[in-house]
Amino acid sequence: MIDTLVQPFIEFAFMRRALVGSLAISLTAPPIGVFLVLRRMSLMGDAMGHAILPGAAIGYLLAGLSLFAMSLGGFAAGLAVALAAGLVARSTVIREDASLAGFYLVSLALGVMLVSMRGNSVDLLHVLFGTVLALDDGALLLIAAIATASLVTLAVIYRPLVLECFDPQFLRSVSAWSSPTHLLFLVLVVLNLVAGFQALGTLMAVGIMLLPAVAARFWAEDVGGMIGVAIVSAFLSSVTGLLVSYYVNVPTGPAVILACGAFYLLSMFVGVRGGVLWSLLPRKHLEA
Amino acid sequence: MQNRLVALFGAALLLLGQPGGVQAGDQVTREKLKAVASFSILGDMVKNVGGDRVEVTTLVGPNGDAHVFSPTPADAKTLADADIFFVNGLGFEGWMERLENASGFTGALVVTSGGVMPIVMRGERHDHDAEDRGGEQDHADQAENEAYDSQGGGNTDPHAWQSLFNGKIYVTNIRDALIAVDPEGQETYEANAAKYLTAIDAEDKAVREAIAKLPEARRKIITSHDAFGYFGNAYGLEIVAPEGVSTESEASAQDVAKIIRQIREEKIPAVFLENVTDRRLLDQIASETGAKIGGVLYSDALSGSDGPAPTYLDMFRHNAGALTAALSS
Repeated sequence: MIDTLVQPFIEFAFMRRALVGSLAISLTAPPIGVFLVLRRMSLMGDAMGHAILPGAAIGYLLAGLSLFAMSLGGFAAGLAVALAAGLVARSTVIREDASLAGFYLVSLALGVMLVSMRGNSVDLLHVLFGTVLALDDGALLLIAAIATASLVTLAVIYRPLVLECFDPQFLRSVSAWSSPTHLLFLVLVVLNLVAGFQALGTLMAVGIMLLPAVAARFWAEDVGGMIGVAIVSAFLSSVTGLLVSYYVNVPTGPAVILACGAFYLLSMFVGVRGGVLWSLLPRKHLEA
Repeated sequence: MQNRLVALFGAALLLLGQPGGVQAGDQVTREKLKAVASFSILGDMVKNVGGDRVEVTTLVGPNGDAHVFSPTPADAKTLADADIFFVNGLGFEGWMERLENASGFTGALVVTSGGVMPIVMRGERHDHDAEDRGGEQDHADQAENEAYDSQGGGNTDPHAWQSLFNGKIYVTNIRDALIAVDPEGQETYEANAAKYLTAIDAEDKAVREAIAKLPEARRKIITSHDAFGYFGNAYGLEIVAPEGVSTESEASAQDVAKIIRQIREEKIPAVFLENVTDRRLLDQIASETGAKIGGVLYSDALSGSDGPAPTYLDMFRHNAGALTAALSS
C-alpha cells in the first residue's frame, strides 16, 4: 500500500517536482485564502485571473512570448487592479466586491482589445498559465521565494490584519497601520496568484488558495487554527490529486482541486465546528 | 424644448434618408479575385496557384494557433467581401461555421482536404473528447471554441497537409476551385499549379532521402502537439506526443509518465517543440530523460517572413533539416 503511494514519486522527477511545488504553494496560498474568506473577498482569485490579461498583453507586445515579460506585465496589471479596487473601496461608497468587479472587467476588456490589435491568434493566457507537471527550476524557485516572502510578511502584519478583518474602525482609530496593512495584503494576494498562474495554471492556483480555507471554517474557531487546517488539507489534497492523476489518468490540476472539494464537502457534514450532521444530533438539555 | 427635440429628430431622419453617393463605375482593369484562406499554410498554397489573379487574405496568420482562433468582426467583414473561402476541413477550424453564418458569406466555400485519406488520432489516450479534457484557461473565451473543436468527426487528425502527397491533393483542389470561380484564368491557374506541383514533388523526394539516411532505430521523436501523424506515416518516422491533437487539452500525470517511460525504454533520441505551444512540459520531459531538444518544428502555422519557414515548402525544408540534425548525431 505504501508502495503504491510512494512509487510514482520515486520513479519520476516530474512527480517529485510537482510534490515540492505543491508543498510550496500549500504553505503560501491557504493562509492568504483564509483572510480573503474572512474579508468576503473570495471571488478575487477568479477576477484576478482575468484582470492580468492587459499586463500580459503588453508584455507580449513588447517582448514576444517571454514568460518573464508576460508574468511581470501580468503582475503589474493585477496589482494595479487590486490596489485601485482597494483604494476605491476605502474612500468611496462602493464596497470591496463591487469595486473589484468594476476594475477587473475594465482590465479584461482592455486586455482582449490589446490582444486583438496585434492581429495574431496566439492564446496569451494559454501560454502564460502553466501546469504543475511542468515545473522547471525557475518556476520552483519563484514559488518558493514567494512562499518565503508571503509567510514572513504575513507574520509581520498578522495582528493588524486580523484586526482589519473584524474591526477596521478600531484599528484606524488606534494605529496608522490600517491602510498599509490592507495594501500590503493585496500585494501578497496578487503576487501569489500571478506566481500560481504561471506555475500551476489558474484552476489550481485559485483553488488551492480558497477551497482549503473555506473548508477550514468547519474545523477551527480561531484564525490561527484555520490557517493550520487549511495548509495541511491543501497539501494532502495536492498529494491525493497527483496520485489520482497518475493512476486514473485524469488531468492533474482538476484532480487536485476536486480533492480539495471533496474535503470541503466532507467538512461541511462532519466538521467539528458547524458540521451539518452534528447539528442533527439531539443535544443535551441544559439544566440549572 | 420639446419642439426643438422634434425638429432635431426630423432633421436627423432627413439626413439619414439621403441616398448614398453614386458608386464608382466598374473598373476598367480586371479586378483581382478575392480569396480568403483560413490559415497561413493554405494562404501560401493559394498564393502559389492563384498568382497575380488572386488577392489572398489569411485569417490565422503566421505563428497563430488555429485551434484556439477567435474571429473578429473585421474577419467577418473580410469574409463577406470575399469571392472564395478556403478551409482545411477535417475539424481543424472549429469556428468556421459560425464565422460563415455571421458574415453572410455568399461565395464559394472550398474544403481543401477533399479527397484526402484521413487518419485517426494516435493512441488510446486520445479517446477523450477535447471537451472533457478542456484546459484550465479562461472559460468565456474557450468554451465556445471547445464545443466546435470536437465536431470534426471525433478523432480525425486534421493536419493532412503534413504529407506532401496530400499537399498535392490540396493544390489540385485549390486549382479546380479557382477555375470554377474564375474560368477566364484557367490557363494561368493550370500553369501555376503545374509548376508548384513539380516543386512539391522535388521537396517530397528530398525529405524522403533525408529521412532514409537516418538509422532506422533513431527514427522516433516526441513532439508536444500531435500534429505530425501524416508526416510520420508518409516518411517513416514514429511520432509520440504527450497531449492530444488540439493545443487545448491538458496532460495527466499518467500520460507524462508513459512518455518518459517510453523514451527511456525505446531510447528515443529527440524532443521537438512547436511554434504554437508552451514549451515547459516538453522541457521537463527532455531534462528528465536526457533526450535532446531538437529545435522547433512548424506544424499548424508558417513562421513570419523573416523566420525559417515562411512558405509551405520552406516549412518542410526546415522541419526535415531539424529532424535530421537532431536524429543523426
